[in-house]
Amino acid sequence: MPVDFQCPSAVKVARTWSVAKPRRLGRLALRGAAAVALAYILTPLLFVTWLAFFRQEIPSFPPEGYSLRWFLAIAGNDRFVAGFLLSLELAVIATGIGLLLGLPAALALARSKLALPELASSMLLLPLIVPGIVLGIALYVFQVEAEIASGLPLLGSLGGLIAGHVLIVIPWTVRLVSASLVGLDRSIEEAAQSLGADRWVTFRRVTLPAIRPGVVAAALFSFVSSFGNLEMSLFLVGPGRTTLPIAIIQYLEWKIDPTIAAVSVLQIALIGAAMLVTDRFVRISRMV
Amino acid sequence: MARLRIDGVSKRYGEVDAIREVTLDVADGEFLVLLGPSGCGKTTTLRVVAGFAEPDAGSVALGGRDITALPPWKRNAGLVFQNYALFPHLTVAENVAFGLEMRKIGAAETARRVGEALQLVRLEHLAQRLPRQLSGGQQQRVALARALVFHPDVLLLDEPLSNLDAKLRQDVRVEIRELQRKLGLTTVMVTHDQEEALTMADRLVVMQDGAVRQVGTQQDLYERPCDRFVASFVGRSTFIEGEIEAPGRFRSRGGLSLACTAAKLGPATLALRPERMLIAAAPPAAVDNNLPGVVEFVSYLGATVDMHVRISARERVVVQIPNRAGDAVPKVGQQVHVAWLAANGIVFAGTASS
Repeated sequence: MPVDFQCPSAVKVARTWSVAKPRRLGRLALRGAAAVALAYILTPLLFVTWLAFFRQEIPSFPPEGYSLRWFLAIAGNDRFVAGFLLSLELAVIATGIGLLLGLPAALALARSKLALPELASSMLLLPLIVPGIVLGIALYVFQVEAEIASGLPLLGSLGGLIAGHVLIVIPWTVRLVSASLVGLDRSIEEAAQSLGADRWVTFRRVTLPAIRPGVVAAALFSFVSSFGNLEMSLFLVGPGRTTLPIAIIQYLEWKIDPTIAAVSVLQIALIGAAMLVTDRFVRISRMV
Repeated sequence: MARLRIDGVSKRYGEVDAIREVTLDVADGEFLVLLGPSGCGKTTTLRVVAGFAEPDAGSVALGGRDITALPPWKRNAGLVFQNYALFPHLTVAENVAFGLEMRKIGAAETARRVGEALQLVRLEHLAQRLPRQLSGGQQQRVALARALVFHPDVLLLDEPLSNLDAKLRQDVRVEIRELQRKLGLTTVMVTHDQEEALTMADRLVVMQDGAVRQVGTQQDLYERPCDRFVASFVGRSTFIEGEIEAPGRFRSRGGLSLACTAAKLGPATLALRPERMLIAAAPPAAVDNNLPGVVEFVSYLGATVDMHVRISARERVVVQIPNRAGDAVPKVGQQVHVAWLAANGIVFAGTASS
């Protein structure tokens, strides 16, 4: 069959059509996959939120009616209130210490010319990879040994709990600050120095503002990972010291009324609010 | 403003000599340009002066004070970067004020001097903008104002024009030069662009492989290049290799016998500037060198035309002729005569391949 070389436009049309069609299909598939994933994430959250407003004590469908009694029940439950306050305190302190340690570490990793950083940065991400239970047991055993060796009351102490939480927030601070340092133009630091700023002033006035999105994102993710941590905390809490996730687990052992759902809704609301506030300063989706 | 002395400075990065024994003296108020291809050491030299590269040997003195061991923030050098390096989170005015703030100058005085500096670069109306809201040329001027406002002892410019488009570059060249003259700034600029170097400098330094090849005015470098590299980097040259067989007599590898001004016998390279040669249909009278040739290639540049003419089996020269109205431009394949004065040929001892 003779090929028609006289009509390149027909070839072109055919080609653009055949390219456009899979491209449009691809985009549809992508959107479909995203929708499925989003539904997968949101469905439990929506159900929990719905459940929190059920009136009856035993969760069953359809609801017998709606009320706010379970939210009021939280306020009357000392364990939840104390757990919330402890988790908040822990998350704030661990985030603060995590930043103080993680920020210089990220700077050192970005600036060091040695071969070490590869290894060091992998090590710093370890707490993220090691399962929480393993981390908890390891820290527990370590604290037992350390207490025997030193005679200091470490086991179940607030300090021990904070140390554990610092450990799990460090990967976030190092990773997110490192990511923002990669895009940093070093010449603005040199410019500051040529204008008379020493290293510290350069860091404070030029480097820090430039990497601020990364630092804010690091603080947010540190806070969230500490606030929601359950497995590791289980091994580190002492008598009379219960974090919110632990309080929830303990409550669930005896009761399944919607109080838990109400607590979860408050937790979701707190983290959601933190993300919204942060998002005003930096686009989180660009950082992670 | 002050005199800058760089004395025997060397800097190694690992196994590589970035610069070797660089010695330069920049007079008070002088505009010195470091010119060379990339990797020649010009930027390293500038970074040594700014304090960002610590020399392995040698010293740097500014205004009679040895600054070799001082950190960058104690040197009082104004620096303009290739990418401008403006602080993205500060406004134009805050960028310019930064150096004054570091020097603990009061708010009123700072405001006055920032205003003055922005006026100098004609940007006072953009004082409250952020750098990203400015064009490349405007950012460049902010960088300049920021480097000038604190009255530095020396102004250092690192390829300041290479990110501007060609038309703007022409204007900014003149602007920077006029500003530098007006303020009497001792200035060192780094560039790889010879035209930029020639138009702006009081004196030029040609560098290659980490070493200074030649220091001099435009005329010095152009009329009396010290070696083949300088002759090729400043202006253009056609090189003919051969030997001096008798005083004033050059024999090319292609067998041409040419008149020249060199007397020392031995292998030599003859450099010819394209615009110092003539081309004619008939042999011109009373010219030292006069050779028949065939036009092999013509490139029409507008104001001038380059003719590539074969003068022997092994040699071809480029002749630049003015493109005057009414002149017939020779065509490819045409027989012509190429001529030049012996004094216009520059002879270097040795050849590239020997």
